[in-house]
Parts: sequence; C-alpha cells; structure tokens
Amino acid sequence: MSSVAATEETAAHGHHPHSEDRLALLKAVPFWSTDHKVIGIQFLLTTMFMMMVGGSLALGVRWQLAFPWENMPILGYLFSGAAGGGQISPEFYTMLFTMHATVMIFLVIIPVLAGAFGNFLIPLMIGADDMAFPLLNALSYWVMWPAIFCFGASFVFNEGLWNNGLAGSIAAGPASGWTSYPALSAISSAAPGSGTAQFWWLMGVTMVGVSSMMGSVNYMTTIINMRAPGMTMMRLPVFTWMTLIVSFLIILAFPAITIALVELMFDRTYGTNFYDFLEGGKPHLWQHLFWIFGHPEVYILILPAMGIVSEIIPVFSRKPLFGYGLIVFSGAIIGFMGFAVWSHHMFTTGMGIVATSAFSILTMLIAIPTGIKIFNWIGTMWGGRIRFETPMLFALGFITMFMVGGFTGIMHSSVPIDAQHQDSYFVVAHFHYVLIGGALFGLFAGFYFWLPKLTGKMLNEKLGKFVFTLMFIGFNVTFFPMHYLGMIGQPRRTHSYNEGHGFETWNQIATIGAFILGVGILIGVYQFVTAFFNKKLKDAGKNPWDARTLEWTLSSPVKEYNFARTPIIKSRDQAWENNYGPKENHSDKVPLDDHGVHMPDRSWYPLVSGLGFLGLVLGLLFHQSVDANTGEILRDYTYAIAGGSIAIFGIIMWSLEGPAGYHLFPKETEE
Amino acid sequence: MSEASAHALEHHEPETSTGIPNKKVLMWAFLGSDCMFFGTLISTHLIYRKISATVGGNFLDIRDVFDIELTSFSTFILLASSLFMALAVSAIHKGNLSSTRWMLFGTIIFGAIFLACQVYEFTHFVHAPGNELTLSSYRGEPHVFGSTFYVLTGTHGTHVAIGVFWLVGWFVYSFTGKMSTADALDIECCGLYWHFVDIVWILIFPVVYLMEYAF
Repeated sequence: MSSVAATEETAAHGHHPHSEDRLALLKAVPFWSTDHKVIGIQFLLTTMFMMMVGGSLALGVRWQLAFPWENMPILGYLFSGAAGGGQISPEFYTMLFTMHATVMIFLVIIPVLAGAFGNFLIPLMIGADDMAFPLLNALSYWVMWPAIFCFGASFVFNEGLWNNGLAGSIAAGPASGWTSYPALSAISSAAPGSGTAQFWWLMGVTMVGVSSMMGSVNYMTTIINMRAPGMTMMRLPVFTWMTLIVSFLIILAFPAITIALVELMFDRTYGTNFYDFLEGGKPHLWQHLFWIFGHPEVYILILPAMGIVSEIIPVFSRKPLFGYGLIVFSGAIIGFMGFAVWSHHMFTTGMGIVATSAFSILTMLIAIPTGIKIFNWIGTMWGGRIRFETPMLFALGFITMFMVGGFTGIMHSSVPIDAQHQDSYFVVAHFHYVLIGGALFGLFAGFYFWLPKLTGKMLNEKLGKFVFTLMFIGFNVTFFPMHYLGMIGQPRRTHSYNEGHGFETWNQIATIGAFILGVGILIGVYQFVTAFFNKKLKDAGKNPWDARTLEWTLSSPVKEYNFARTPIIKSRDQAWENNYGPKENHSDKVPLDDHGVHMPDRSWYPLVSGLGFLGLVLGLLFHQSVDANTGEILRDYTYAIAGGSIAIFGIIMWSLEGPAGYHLFPKETEE
Repeated sequence: MSEASAHALEHHEPETSTGIPNKKVLMWAFLGSDCMFFGTLISTHLIYRKISATVGGNFLDIRDVFDIELTSFSTFILLASSLFMALAVSAIHKGNLSSTRWMLFGTIIFGAIFLACQVYEFTHFVHAPGNELTLSSYRGEPHVFGSTFYVLTGTHGTHVAIGVFWLVGWFVYSFTGKMSTADALDIECCGLYWHFVDIVWILIFPVVYLMEYAF
C-alpha cells in the first residue's frame, strides 16, 4: 500500500523523495504484491537466504572430507547425539550433500534466475507495464513457501525426531541424493532418511514444480504478447530470449519429474509397483524420467546466466553484441537438443550399444551451439574498449570457468571416459565448474549490473572487486583439485576415506578454498542486501554503465508504473541509439496516455491459495496412520481436503474479482 | 486518488503483440505442458504393460477384466461432449446466452456420465471375481499393469472432473445475469481445455484398451 501512496503523491506533486522510493519497494516485500519488481525482490531475498543455507550444508560436507574420522567441533556434538561422540555419521553426511544440492538447485538457482531476474527484467526490457498475469506471478512466489517449508521440515519432522529427539532428527533428513533414486527413495525403511523426510522432499520438489510452471507460462505469455511497438522478436534483448527458451524448457521438462514424483508417492503410500523391482517395477524407469527432466534442468540453470552475460559483455566492451542471431538460435538449439541427451547421465546402467552411442553423439553435438556462444562473446570483446568493472569481471569469470566445465563435459560424452569418471570427484568438479563457475558467476554479474537499477544506488566498486577476487580464487582452489581427486579414485557421495590413498592433502586444500568462497559469497550477499538502505552509496542515475537496453532509459529505481509513455522501439539497443545513434533511430516521444497507466489490483487470494496448497501438502503428508491395535493402515483426508478447498476457494474468489485495477497518471516530468 | 474511484475508469483489454489474447497463449502453454504430463504417463504404461513380477512369459491376459463395450460407450459420450462444448463457445460468441447455458449443461452431463462410467469401471475391476485388478496386483499376483492403468486413467479422470467443475462454475454463473459476450474468451479457454482432455482420451483409448486386443 505504502508504495502506491508514495508514487501517487509523487505523480501529483511532481517532486520525488529518492530514498523513500527506494525503501518503498523493500517495504512491500513481506506482503503480497503484484508489482513484478517487488516480486523480483521477494525472490531475490528469499533465494539469497536459501543460498546461505545451502552453502552452510556444503561447508559441512567439506569439513568432513578434510578431516574424516575426526570429531567435528561444536556442530558435530550438536547433531551426532551422545552415541556419535562428535563425529559426523554417514547418515548425517548423506543428508548434508542431498540437501545442499536440493536447496541450491531448486530453491536458489531456478528461482533466482527465472524468478528474481526474470521478474524484474522482462517487462522492463520489452517495454511492458507488468507481467501478463500479475496475480499469477504473485502466486508463483507464494507457492515457493510451501516448498521451502517442506524442505525445511524434512530436517526436523521425521523419524529421527520421534525416536531420538531433536539431535536425531537432522541425521534422519532426506538422504537419497538430489536424484532420489529408488529403492533408497521408494522404500521407507531403506535408510534413516527414507521415511517421512523423503516424503517431505517429494512434496517440496512437487511444489517447486508448480511454482516454476506458473512462473514460466506467465513469462512466455509476457514475452510473446506484451512487447512494446517495434520490439520485434529479433530485437529482444538476449536475456529475454534465453528466459523465453528456459520457460519452454520448464513447462516441457517439469511434467516428467512431476509424474515420476507422483508415481513414487503412489509407490510409497498406496503400494503400487512402479519402482518396486520385487513386484515387477523397474527402478531404471525413475532414472529415465528423472533425467528427462534433469538434463533440460541443466540448461534451465545455465541459459539465463548466458543471457545475463550476453547483456553485460557488450556494455563493458562498448560494442554491439557480435552475432546476435547466432546467439539466439544457438540458445534455441541448446534448448531443443537438451531434451535429447538425458541418457548421458546413465551410460553405466547398461542401455545397450545403440542407445549409448546415439546419446554420446548427441552430447558431443550439443557442445557446438555452446561453443558458438563463447566465440560470440569473445568476438564482442574483440577490438572493444573494455572496462573491467565488477559485472564485467564476473562475466569474464563466467566465460573462462564455464569453458573449463564445458570441456570436462565433452570428455564425459565419450562413453569409455564416462565409465571411468562415473561417481567420482571428477564429476563433482565438472558440474560445480558449470553451476558455480557458470550459473553463480553469471548471476553475481547480473546482481552487480542491475542492482543499481533496482535500488537507485551504485554498489561499492572496490568491495565488488574484492568479492570477485575471493570468489574466483576460492572457487578454483576448491574445485580444481577435485579433478585430480576424481582421477586418482575418490568416489563422490562417500562420507570418509582411509589413509594411504593420498586424498588428504587435496581435500584439505579444497576445504580451505570452500571457506574462502563462502566468505566471498557472504560479503557479496551483504553488499546486495544493504544496497537497499545503505545511505553512503552514490546515486546511480538512469544509465550508470552507459548500457544499451530499454530498462536503462528509465529512472533508478524504476517507478511503479514502469513506462510513463509507451516506448517506440526502432533498434535492438534502444538506450544506446537514443544517446549515440542516428536521429532516425531515436525513440519517438509519444504523448502521455489520457487513460493513464493501468495497474492491477492487489489481492489477498494468491496468498490464501498459497496457504491452502500448504495445507493440502501437509494433509497428504500425514493422512496415513497405523492403528496401534490391529496394525491396519488408517487414512484420514480431512486436512488434505480442507487445504485443497482453501486453495480452490482462493482461486475461485480470485477469478471472480475480474480484471479490475486502477490507473496512475504520471506527470510530464516523470519518466 | 483512491483506488476505489479509479475502478470506475473504463477497462479495456490491452492489445497484444501477436493479436492473440494473453489468456489464450497461457492456455496453450499450459496444454503443451500437459501433453508432456500425459506423455510421461502413457510411456510408463507402454513400457510396463507386458511386465509382471512372475517374469518368463507368464503374462496374464488383461482382457479378462476389461469391459470394452462399456469403455467404448463412455469414449463415445466424451467425444460427443466436445460437440456440445464447441456449440457453447460458438453460442457465446454470438451472444446467445440461453443456448450457451444449455450447451454447457449438455457438456456437463456428458462429462458426468463419462466420470460415472469410470467410477463403475474402477470398482468393477477391483472387485472382479477371480480377476481382481488392483493397484499392485492382478489375480492376486504382483503386477505393474494395475499401477500404470489406474494412475494414468485416474489422472485423466481427474482432468475431466476439474473440467466438469469449471463448466459447472460457468453454468451457475449464467444464472447470475452477468454473463455476456465479454466472457467469450474465458469460455473459449475452458473449451480449449475440454477439447484437450478429449484428445488425450482419444490417445488413451487405443493405447491402453484397444491395444490389448490387437497385440
């Protein structure tokens, strides 16, 4: 509410208290808002928090591998209970890496790239006032919370708690890896974490799927349908293109895992035989369904980062993007082929020579469009006047580190090599080079680049460079030795190793690197969060980087209504053309619309629906109980039905509200 | 200016870049996703249909429990409901409210008949004397056919049920006097969904039922 009042007052009186406006967006964050910028910040802050959680879990893993068989200081005693004596148990370790991957993939990288960047940037880049469906957008954020709740609860509310109290509960967290292969995930008694904790996990992933689906259909509609006049598809900024492709990937890939999850839940709850090999099912099917989702997922994580880098490199090279069409089409080809390479995750399962060869060849082919993009970025920098500011440093870090990860990826496309690397630390090194060196560096580049647009203040450049240095060094010190460790035979997902293998030194070096990386990320996140209220920071102005795309024609922070007048697009880099281009390329200044700018109403109902879904999840989770006397399984659906009804009630009330809204009338002076 | 007074302002559907309304694009995107949903379920069924725990050619003939006449009838009913749906969409575009209302009603009734057939079929299969097909077994032996069959057709049935609820919503709404040609787009989206659910059944019927009689 406060943000509406502030902007309307501003519109009426024509003056503009800058710092208040900056806080206005932030103040809307704990509540439901339909403003895509606020939802972007909501996603941003939530995922930053989850990144801290996921990072701590990873540090636990690193600590254990540096000093196996030794007691972990403080935390070890807390979690291992009296029996453990301070040493991390295999179950606890398994939980650590399972939840590290789960949190990082499902609660950090997907929501931050699509949710935070996508939400904030897409309407600004294409010249739209908001998303096509602002309320659906709000719901896609609020449905994240049931997911977060499920993942969080999986640590606590499980058999460990009921049998051994709080200390036992964390050791009985979900522990079948982020891939959750059956039988570990299908049979409740398979491992300490296979019981209720695993069920929480399944529910959590399902909810992430629901949230991503709602976000993606919205992005697709927005990008296809809400472009400003003159913004043809081949003038879209590359980030927008990549988000469009990723949206297609999400809506087509997530159903596969949703069905796999549903089948698994049926196996666990109703005794079906999908993955039960004793009764005729095939655990192998899970692997196929999981990776039919899982491989496009890899591109869901990396393509938006590629889009971000494609936006940043031209700006800091002061040259247009080299080979725009090629970048866009290679992205589309990557997305398309991403669906045809999933089985390279399963080369050692014995699929037969034909299937293995086919997937091997396709995997090698997919390196071509990826390589094209790298040459495009190099071509963009070639002969440019390069400024090494923080976003550019991260973008360069992205290119180099992603290339290392890409090369080891090509190595894995060869079946004999893959068979050697399978389940070794070499694979761990590979995907961390792609996901940290690629996705995380890409999104940090994006933060340093766009946060001035979001907060209206420049970030501290020196601190930014310090963060980059820490992260770059920490990252390489952590993960480069893992290539070697994998080659000499250290298996992944194994909680300890004996002396005499020569693993100790490099593992300890990797752990030191991990803590350096952790400190770097922590300072970075501190910098992002304080950017909203740190008063010492310099004003950003409209276009601090002399950047090229449409969002930089707007004031920082962006007004609630985004565009006071409809932007007329005449070229690909409109902000740049307005400043430096020939006269005929300048954007026309159209008169202000008499109708004002239409704004959607706020609504309680997305929040109500989100809570209803949470109730539904909880109800389904605990609908089963065993009669103490007869041993019969009792089913009670009251809570599930109640939750589902609340969700449906929310949706019905929401649809009855209709397309109401209000109008804002920006003044001539307000842009 | 307060929000309430601003509501009085005229609201008009925004023009879109492609000329296709936003809601329709959203619906098509969702249906594309739903294709993968059913694609996954149907392929699971195809992979598993000849597999039983007692491997070694000991495949139990599922035709003993199927009631193909009943399923053919319900298939016909569901397909016919699509005609009503198409007529309802056509009627609302022309502004013929009474025709819209009763065509919606026809769609609801036929959808409900289909669901009733499915409920009958499920109970009949589970309790078929000597040929019990349950979620985990067939004739008392561990089997995957029941798992894939019930989950696949059950998911489809859920889709039909959601469609019926949606249509009932429109049917009730038609008595409030608020319905007008402005709702044509929303009813058309509802129709897209309904036709899609029909088309999925056109795939399920041969793949799950008829194929057992051919291969």
